[in-house]
Amino acid sequence: MSNRNDVVDVLIIGSGASGAAVAWSLAETKMKILCLEQGDWMKSSDFPSNGRDWEARRYSDFAISPNRRARPTDYPINDDNSLMKVANFNGVGGGTIMYTAHFPRMHPSDFRVRTLDGVADDWPIDYAALEPFFAENDRMMGVSGLAGDPAYPPRQPPMPPLPLGRTGARYARAMNKLGWHWWPSDTTVATTEYDGRAPCINLGHCTPGCAQGAKASTDITYWPRAIRAGVELRTRCRVREITTNEHGMAAGAIYYDPDGVERFQPAEVVILACNGIGTPRLLLNSASSRFPNGLVNSSGLVGRNLMLHPWPQVRGYVEEELDGDRAPMTVLWSKQFYETDPARDFVRGYTLQFARGTGVVNEAVTSAEIGRLPWGKDHHRAYRKLVYHRLQIGVACEDLPEEHNRVTLDPVLKDSHGIPAPRIDYAISENSQRMMEHGIARATEILTAAGATDLYTSRTLLNSPGHLLGTARMGNDPERSVVNAWGRCHGVRNLFIVDGSIWVTSGGVNPTSTIQALALYVADSMKQRLATLFD
Amino acid sequence: MQNTSEPGLTATQAHDLRQIAGMMIPASEEFAVPGADDAAIFDDILRSLGRDLDSVRAALASLSTLAGGSFADLDDRRRESVVDTFLSSETPDVTTLGRVVLQCYYRDDRVLRSLGLEPRAPFPKGHKLEQGDWSLLDPVRARPRMWRDVP
Repeated sequence: MSNRNDVVDVLIIGSGASGAAVAWSLAETKMKILCLEQGDWMKSSDFPSNGRDWEARRYSDFAISPNRRARPTDYPINDDNSLMKVANFNGVGGGTIMYTAHFPRMHPSDFRVRTLDGVADDWPIDYAALEPFFAENDRMMGVSGLAGDPAYPPRQPPMPPLPLGRTGARYARAMNKLGWHWWPSDTTVATTEYDGRAPCINLGHCTPGCAQGAKASTDITYWPRAIRAGVELRTRCRVREITTNEHGMAAGAIYYDPDGVERFQPAEVVILACNGIGTPRLLLNSASSRFPNGLVNSSGLVGRNLMLHPWPQVRGYVEEELDGDRAPMTVLWSKQFYETDPARDFVRGYTLQFARGTGVVNEAVTSAEIGRLPWGKDHHRAYRKLVYHRLQIGVACEDLPEEHNRVTLDPVLKDSHGIPAPRIDYAISENSQRMMEHGIARATEILTAAGATDLYTSRTLLNSPGHLLGTARMGNDPERSVVNAWGRCHGVRNLFIVDGSIWVTSGGVNPTSTIQALALYVADSMKQRLATLFD
Repeated sequence: MQNTSEPGLTATQAHDLRQIAGMMIPASEEFAVPGADDAAIFDDILRSLGRDLDSVRAALASLSTLAGGSFADLDDRRRESVVDTFLSSETPDVTTLGRVVLQCYYRDDRVLRSLGLEPRAPFPKGHKLEQGDWSLLDPVRARPRMWRDVP
C-alpha cells in the first residue's frame, strides 16, 4: 500500500442524498468524520441554464445517463440487458444535482406490503418510525408544498407550493371533471427565500442543476452545515474496495486520490451511501478470502432485487399555450390509484405525476424521434402545434422486488481506474406490466378530459427515472437481508448502509425524500447506541 | 473518402450534411424563418458536433451509400428519394443526426423570435408563472382521507 492516512471514526462513501444527511446528523457527536466523493463540487455558474445551449447540454455533459455523460468522474454501467436505463450523477450532492426535485414521501402502506397485500416483504420499520425524520429532512432540504392532502397522514411543508400555472389548472379541471384525487406536488424547489436560498424564478426544467440555487441539492443544504460542524469532505476520491481486518470488521477503504494515487483510509466505522448500483458494486468488488462472494453477501442478496420504477408516460397536445419549460417540471400528483384495489388485475399501485411540458429543443427532438414532427415543408406548421402545447403524465409504478433483477460486476467493462464496472440485468414483471397498462389507460382518460389530442404513449421512459433501489435490503433475518432494521450490515458490525439499496420495496414514488429520512433514522439509531454500536 | 483522423467532417460530408439539413428543415417565408442550411445555423451545427461526430459521420456514410456517392451532387428528384429512405430508416445514427440539426436550429435568434420567444439564456431573467386558480382544489380538500391504516 503506497499511502495510509490517519484513522477516522467514521468514513462515509458518497456525498449524495443519503451521505450528506448522515454526515450532518452524526456531526453533533464530534466524532472525526470523513466523506470520500468520486466527483467534484458543482458551481451554479456551470449549470446549463446559464447559456444558450442549455437544452443541448442535456444530451452531453449534463445527460442523466452516466454512459452518455461520460465525465471523468463517472463510471460506466453495462445496462444493455435492461429496457430501462440507469440515470445518476457523480459529484457533491450526487443524484440531487440532477433530480427533478419531486419530493413525495412513501405511504404508510408501503412498509407493510406482505401484511396488507401478501406480496414481497414487510419492512422492519414503519412510516411512524420515519415520520420525525421526514419532517426534519423537509426542513433541511426546504420543501414547498401544501398541507391537507387527503392521500397522506398530516404533514407541514415549510414553504408554499409552486404555482399551478396554466398547465396545472388545465390538469386540475380535468381531474375534477373525473372526480379523481389530485394535489400540488411536494418539491424541493424554494418558493420563498429559504435558508440562504433564493426563490425559484422559473429557469426551466430543474433536472440539469439550478443556476438560481432554488432547487435543493445536498451540496447547498446539508453539506455546508456538516462541514461547518467539522465533517471533512474530499472530492475526486474514488473508492475501490472496503477492507476487513482479522476480526471480520471493516478496516477502512482503498481509494484513488485526485492524482490517481492509491491510498488506504482506515476507519472505526464505514458507512456506504452510493445508492442502489454503486453500493452493491463496491461490496462485490470487496470480495476477499473471508468474504469470497463479496462483502456482507452471505445471504447472496447483495445486488439482487434491483427496483427501477417502470415509468410509462402519456402525452397529448391542446390548443391553449401552456407553461412548457418556463417553470419547474413537476406540478401535481394524483394518488387516486396508489393503494391496492382487489378489483384490479395487479397488486399495489402507482402515482400519476403531471408534468408541465418541455422546451423548444426537447419538444422538437422528442417529437421527431417518434415521427410526430415531420421533416420537410410541413415541419414548421406541425412544430407550432406542439411547442408549449404539451400535456404529459407519468405513471410511477411500484416495482416489486425480484431476485433475478440484479447488479453484478461486468467481466470486461472497467472504469478509468481499472475498477470493474457494474452490469444490470432487469426485466419488468407481469404485475408491473398490468399496472403500467392500467395507469396508461387512466392517463389517457385524463388527457382526453383535458381536451388533448394526438396522444402518444411511451412504455419505458428514455433513460429511466434513475431510482436505484433494493440491492442490499434491510430485514431482521440475516439469511433474507443484508442490513438490519437500523442499517447495520449483518456479519460486519461496523459497516452501515444508508442509501436506496436498503429498501425492501419501492413504493410508487420518487425516492429521495424517503432515502434521506431513512439515512437520518439510521444516523439517529447509531447515536442512540454509540456505547454498544458493535454489540 | 472519409478521413476519420480529421477533427470534423470532410468537405464532402459537410456538403452532404448541409444539403440534407436544408431538406429536413427548409426555410419558410410564411413563418419568416431560415432553413437549417442557413450559414449561421450550419456553422453552429458544425461547431457543436462534439461527442456526436462519429455518429453523424456514420449517418452520412449511410447517406452516401444510398446516394451511390455524393448526396449533394444528386439531382433534386433523386435527392428527395434518397432522403425519404434515409430518414425513414430510424437508425440511432440517423436519429442523432436529426437531434444535432434540431438542437442548433431551435436556438437560432431568428427562429426563436418567430416563435414569439426571447432569444436568451434562462438565467438570470427567468420566466413568470401565473398562480392559477386554487379554488379548483376545493373539492379535493373535501374528500375523506385516502391512505390505508397499517397494523
